[in-house]
Amino acid sequence: MKTLSQSDAPIFEALKNHRLNRIVPFDVPGHKGGRGNRELSDFLGLNCLKADVNSMKPLDNLTHPVSVIKDAQSLAAEAFGANDSFFIVNGTTAAVQAMIMSVCKAGEKIIMPRNVHRSAINALVVCGAIPVYINPGVNKSLGIPLGMTVGDVERAVEENPGAKAILVNNPTYYGICSDLKQIVALAHERNILVLVDEAHGTHFYFGENMPVSAMKAGADMAAVSMHKTGGSLTQSSILLCQKSVNANYVRQVINLTQTTSSSYLLLASLDIARKNLSLNGKEMFEKTVQFASYARGEINKLGGYYAFASELTDGAAVFDFDPTKLSVNTTEIGLAGIEVYNILRDDYGIQIEFGDIGNILAIISAGDRSLEIERLISALSEIKRLYSKDKAGMFDHEYISPVVALAPQAAFYSARKTVPLRQSIGRISGEFVMCYPPGIPILAPGEMITEDILNYILYAKEKGCLLTGPQDLNLENIDVAEDK
Amino acid sequence: MELWYTENHTKNVKFSIKVDKQLISVKSEFQRIDVFDSVEFGRILTLDGYLMLTEKDEFVYHEMITHVPMAVKTNAKKVLVIGAGDGGTVRELTRYTTIEKIDVAEIDEAVVEICKEYLPQTASKLDDNRVHLFFEDGLKFVRSKKDEYDIIIVDSTDPFGPGEGLFTREFYGNCYNALKEDGVLVNQHESPYYTEDAKAMKRAHKQIFSVFPVCRVYQAHIPTYPSGHWLFGFASKCLDPVTGLNGDKWNALGTKTKYYNTDLHIGAFALPTYVKELLHDAE
Repeated sequence: MKTLSQSDAPIFEALKNHRLNRIVPFDVPGHKGGRGNRELSDFLGLNCLKADVNSMKPLDNLTHPVSVIKDAQSLAAEAFGANDSFFIVNGTTAAVQAMIMSVCKAGEKIIMPRNVHRSAINALVVCGAIPVYINPGVNKSLGIPLGMTVGDVERAVEENPGAKAILVNNPTYYGICSDLKQIVALAHERNILVLVDEAHGTHFYFGENMPVSAMKAGADMAAVSMHKTGGSLTQSSILLCQKSVNANYVRQVINLTQTTSSSYLLLASLDIARKNLSLNGKEMFEKTVQFASYARGEINKLGGYYAFASELTDGAAVFDFDPTKLSVNTTEIGLAGIEVYNILRDDYGIQIEFGDIGNILAIISAGDRSLEIERLISALSEIKRLYSKDKAGMFDHEYISPVVALAPQAAFYSARKTVPLRQSIGRISGEFVMCYPPGIPILAPGEMITEDILNYILYAKEKGCLLTGPQDLNLENIDVAEDK
Repeated sequence: MELWYTENHTKNVKFSIKVDKQLISVKSEFQRIDVFDSVEFGRILTLDGYLMLTEKDEFVYHEMITHVPMAVKTNAKKVLVIGAGDGGTVRELTRYTTIEKIDVAEIDEAVVEICKEYLPQTASKLDDNRVHLFFEDGLKFVRSKKDEYDIIIVDSTDPFGPGEGLFTREFYGNCYNALKEDGVLVNQHESPYYTEDAKAMKRAHKQIFSVFPVCRVYQAHIPTYPSGHWLFGFASKCLDPVTGLNGDKWNALGTKTKYYNTDLHIGAFALPTYVKELLHDAE
């Protein structure tokens, strides 16, 4: 058998062979290579439908990989500098949950910054682990949560002996990194595992002059959203593990909740994206950084906007900054980020990643072209010219420290009562409330609803943020944990 | 042997010109550039396979995109042309001695180089000392200008390819900002006839309409463009192209033209009913 290299893509090759072999399908999916759903195959293309097949001997099986998927995962592990890798088809949400559920059981403690993605707190609802939140630093003028300082992590570790793991965002949605190497060092001294949410960090493994990646920093596990900046299809992701965790157990945990009908479109896209990143990643991210820094320079020239970058680094709560991120603060022109986000889409036909209270974020990649970058910059100059107003009355902070009254699982499964949102101050939330994107909970189950939080939710609603989480889609009401 | 240049005007309609020979074919950073010699239309320039101009009928396009705004804004001194690397628009503008400065923002230097060598008929005036060539993205160029130009002429390719950004609201808004108080924006406005072209035309109109208070459309017959029926946009902050026509003043200049005249100027703004309806829909 030949030795595989990063130029190979075993799943992709197997799918091509499978097509050439003209196997007669008497298995699912029932569209049978698209013949059974003409409109769908016209829309997506016959090639796509023909690659949408089920697990079978020559194509391996994601729940129990022994051949091409095993090989593809080994190549991915090698590419990312991990001991093992798992292809995930239920989104990075599934990767984050598998990571947490692999190391924490009910009642065990996990240390994490409060500005995690909802998937991390979801995992706590499911498995019953107890969060110990570290307040991230906050940049008051930008209104964004930052990273965790080493000192804060150290304190949390000292105060919570027996904590099983620390979860770190690398980077945050805004591109901010904590001092991962130091956090790993202090955690490992105390036999605590380090789990890293690298939903926005795929490029750290392949680009030059990037913040350190989780595997390189010595972290034990990392959830990497290949689909975000790595070029694979939406919903595909990779979970990375080092020797310190039992990979066979991790696979069992993944299989608790992951589909048994894994999509070969997603698997092949992971395989091909990994190959592409290994072979061309350096150039791709060099181009990305060039686009992003050009755009930052031009946007800052417009005045009023502040496209921030590595000048924020302070060796503590902003240990490093992701140079591919194009985050722009909009408060000086008197517009909320979400308002700029909406104008960009509705009036200028430009869809960006998200807008929150004070900032917008545009994702830049090697797939961009100069002409689109110019459009974004010019549209921002127009929005400033046409819509800017006095910034009085702008909400001036983004992050509110939560008061955790109950563990997420206890609150979510408690007897709940629906109350009007405006009359919920002082109650304990039974549900999540978050702006999506970015999907960082404003309230998580078990947290006290304070006046600050209520005001924040009402302001976000008024500005047009999409608020998700509660049973009541209009968020007029909220479920609270019933008083005992 | 027969050689034919063919452009698909739609998926189902082809337009072909018999070619004598191909003179050059270059792949620039932005597009493929070809020049052909033909018996019927003389020299032909194509970009990415789309016909840009022929020696035989370029006068229609270039006269109509320049003399219409110049006969309204007869005192124009400073003009910005976006695109226009072939030089035809600049050639017409240089005929006005009253114009002091012509800035040209053309993204692709290779177009200018090739036209200077193979299409002197249009490119001859690109060396006029009033002409300043900037090889950069038009959208970027105009973004930094404020209250600077009397006329902006958008002589762009179609809205698919390098010219895409020149059909956007942000671009028209940046142009508004770059124009003086009584400035005029004229643009290549696509064709109303074939469905896809008509969609692009409506989109462009909608965007300009959202930016400029005066927003009119005029037409010309350009035999080698899809359907032959072509539109131009005339937008301004205050000047109306018909009531604002300075016919006597323009005629007194004695500029000799082949297509444009001041009677046609007024007539060109009288549009067929279906075109009026398309424009109305877009508004």
